[in-house]
Amino acid sequence: MEYRLKTPISESDVRKLKIGDIVYVTGVMVTARDQAHRRALALHKEGKPLPIDLRGGVIFHCGPVVRKKDGEWEMVAAGPTTSTRMELFQAEFIEAFRPSIIVGKGGMGPRTAEAMKKFGAVYCDFTGGAAVLAAKAVERVRGVEWFELGIPEAMWILEVKDFGPLLVTIDSHGNSHHANVAKAVEENKPRVYSMLGVSK
Amino acid sequence: MVDVKRIEDLTVDLLRLAVIELPKDVKEALERAKERETSDIAKANLSAILENIRLAESMRRPVCQDTGLIVFFLDVGYGFGSVSGIPEAIAKGTKRATEEIPLRPNAVHPISRKNSGDNTGSYVPILNWSYVEGDYLEITAFPKGGGSENMTFFSMVKPGEGIAGIKRFVIDSVISSGGQPCPPTIIGVGIGGTADLALKLAKKSLLRPIGQRHSDPEIAKLEEDLLKAINMTGIGPMGLGGNVTSLDVHAEYAHCHTASLPVAVNTQCWAARRATARVYRDGRVEILSHGR
Ligand code: SF4
Repeated sequence: MEYRLKTPISESDVRKLKIGDIVYVTGVMVTARDQAHRRALALHKEGKPLPIDLRGGVIFHCGPVVRKKDGEWEMVAAGPTTSTRMELFQAEFIEAFRPSIIVGKGGMGPRTAEAMKKFGAVYCDFTGGAAVLAAKAVERVRGVEWFELGIPEAMWILEVKDFGPLLVTIDSHGNSHHANVAKAVEENKPRVYSMLGVSK
Repeated sequence: MVDVKRIEDLTVDLLRLAVIELPKDVKEALERAKERETSDIAKANLSAILENIRLAESMRRPVCQDTGLIVFFLDVGYGFGSVSGIPEAIAKGTKRATEEIPLRPNAVHPISRKNSGDNTGSYVPILNWSYVEGDYLEITAFPKGGGSENMTFFSMVKPGEGIAGIKRFVIDSVISSGGQPCPPTIIGVGIGGTADLALKLAKKSLLRPIGQRHSDPEIAKLEEDLLKAINMTGIGPMGLGGNVTSLDVHAEYAHCHTASLPVAVNTQCWAARRATARVYRDGRVEILSHGR
């Protein structure tokens, strides 16, 4: 199925998404890598608010290439980064801020999948390296927070239009497309070996 | 002697060409891959890649945000004359390209992780020199992404295992890489030599256009068998499942010690960037990789 969703995304809409679905998002999207996750959780512990409400929002694991043009920030290239680095923080992050969609590449671990099931969120893969396609869906850079973390690690607040295709690969029902592919590859192995004339 | 300023300018031009426009053989292979895929996810990934490639060209932006560690291959003709000043000119060109295109500054000190800010540093840009017949200098810019370079493997296979040992090592390397090197990939295989030469041959084989087989029929057959096997794994584009995990396999070999069988695998991502030009003694420049 293909969906076009607008932020904030309701829990019932997120729960409809299944692995294999394709999503395009319009609205507000926020970039966050390791350091932004760490900082957000630290603020939460101190009982302080984030610069932006993330409920029902979209988090993008991305360190963009940006430039300033006529006093405004512009996204030049904004492909996804490997998501497993955020596994350390993601479950707590979802519990604390309740975003609906996490976008990155390569999938995430069982703790994140568990939190997604519990709180109603999904993980989507965006095509690795498709940096211009991603940047083109950014209509405006609304702002940047925590700039002192450096351009890639700062939290970029973006207004996006039809950002995608996002491929749902972990849904809120405990299914992981990555796990399914890994299993299929394992099952194909004997055929692959025998085609090459290699013993197991 | 060729004016070094010319080489500096050519360095900028080649890097720009490489990071913005993929060579025709790569684009065509990705188009064919899309036709061979049946699942929606695999097709969506390949459509996104192809659309991204078109956008990069029309907007003159780097095709991927990781513009790589900067690598060059230099084939110097015996009749070309002195290459004095050329390494410096290439380093200067690399710095300029980083500013002008722009490229993402990726070169960091290996221990302190401090970024030099301009894509140069100790041994970087990396220059691979060889000597060839002729009166020209052939320069290939080969910016290499981190995600795919991390999927590099080396083994001293037991010579007694023979070709089966080589095949098993390559296929296991590809399976363990999964989606990490941004498939569909190109797999470079270096066989024989010493350990360092095997790794170098693996990388050098990635310069060969997609679809071009090795001139030795036995190696050509190995390439074909490996490609078929890799595409039976089901890893697929981005490791999300599908029929096309690799666009091609290229192997190169060297004779090796009777007691050893070094095998190296170097992975290239779909953003298989390379741009080649020839510089003649009289200063004439001819772009070879990107036909106009
Ligand atoms: S592996 Fe290649 S395509 Fe993927 S992010 Fe790195 S450079 Fe880009």
